[in-house]
Amino acid sequence: MQIQVNGEPFDAGKCTTLAELVNRLGLAGKRIAIELNMEIVPRSEHDKTELKAGDRVEVVHAIGGG
Amino acid sequence: MSEQQLNDPLVIAGKSYQSRLLVGTGKYKDLQETGEAIAASGAEIVTVAVRRTNIGQNPDEPNLLDVISPDKYTILPNTAGCYTAQDAVRTCRLARELLDGHDLVKLEVLGDQKTLYPNIVETLSAAETLIKDGFKVMVYTNDDPIVAKQLEEMGCVAVMPLGSLIGSGLGILNPHNIRLIMEEAQVPIIVDAGVGTASDAAVAMEMGCAGVLMNTAIAAANKPVLMASAMRKAIEAGREAFLAGRMPRKAYASASSPLAGVIG
Repeated sequence: MQIQVNGEPFDAGKCTTLAELVNRLGLAGKRIAIELNMEIVPRSEHDKTELKAGDRVEVVHAIGGG
Repeated sequence: MSEQQLNDPLVIAGKSYQSRLLVGTGKYKDLQETGEAIAASGAEIVTVAVRRTNIGQNPDEPNLLDVISPDKYTILPNTAGCYTAQDAVRTCRLARELLDGHDLVKLEVLGDQKTLYPNIVETLSAAETLIKDGFKVMVYTNDDPIVAKQLEEMGCVAVMPLGSLIGSGLGILNPHNIRLIMEEAQVPIIVDAGVGTASDAAVAMEMGCAGVLMNTAIAAANKPVLMASAMRKAIEAGREAFLAGRMPRKAYASASSPLAGVIG
């Protein structure tokens, strides 16, 4: 299944939920926040949130800044 | 530490802080230097940026929040790099999710890349949306006293005028405006941006600013950890000098030693 992650095309393979995608990205357990089609998806709902082709996912984290 | 200092907290959105120095985490050589500099600065409020995770690159790379733990510091996510109210609001919402509901944010909406000067129209719009959405907004702004008052009246918990351009190190170029802003303010006025060295920070505090937020002045020093320590002292010295009240300036000399009893 083709989706977009952080502005780039991404093959989500057999991932059906956001939690599975997080796992595939190697980010399980990391301090991240996720937006799906411009809406925040709380961490507690990652495993209940289903993905569909064409979804736009943003994954962010904290980095150094002033 | 004097008794006066102990009883002189900086209060932002109802929370008390002992340190009046707020620091950023950008531009350091590595996370170790970041951690050491922040520790040396004594800062309790530490800004971070929110950015896209690099997909597929070094998933095991250490995370900034492992070094600057939210258990120890008040993390202040910023909206640096945002040029529209919409992007700034999105960034704050992501930050709130990232930090488990933490709602204190540093709002900055920039005008152009050359000056990083705030876009006030977008800043006001973003502040309004964020405050309605329950955020506690510390806002980066220009040194316009009318705008500063407006931001306060909207409900921003701290107003943070620039001393000079972000990363310029030029110090406080218009102290008169900062003073005008402070005269009318009911919320903490924190100089954000422009400090170059310790004396700049002391000047801001001597004027009566509630605090100073800086990043480059520490991170771009030859020895950032030493500069962080210098800044901690400058902020404390400036604050104490403000509370002590400086002597009046005079045009002519006034002898410190008694005139009576001079020999000869």
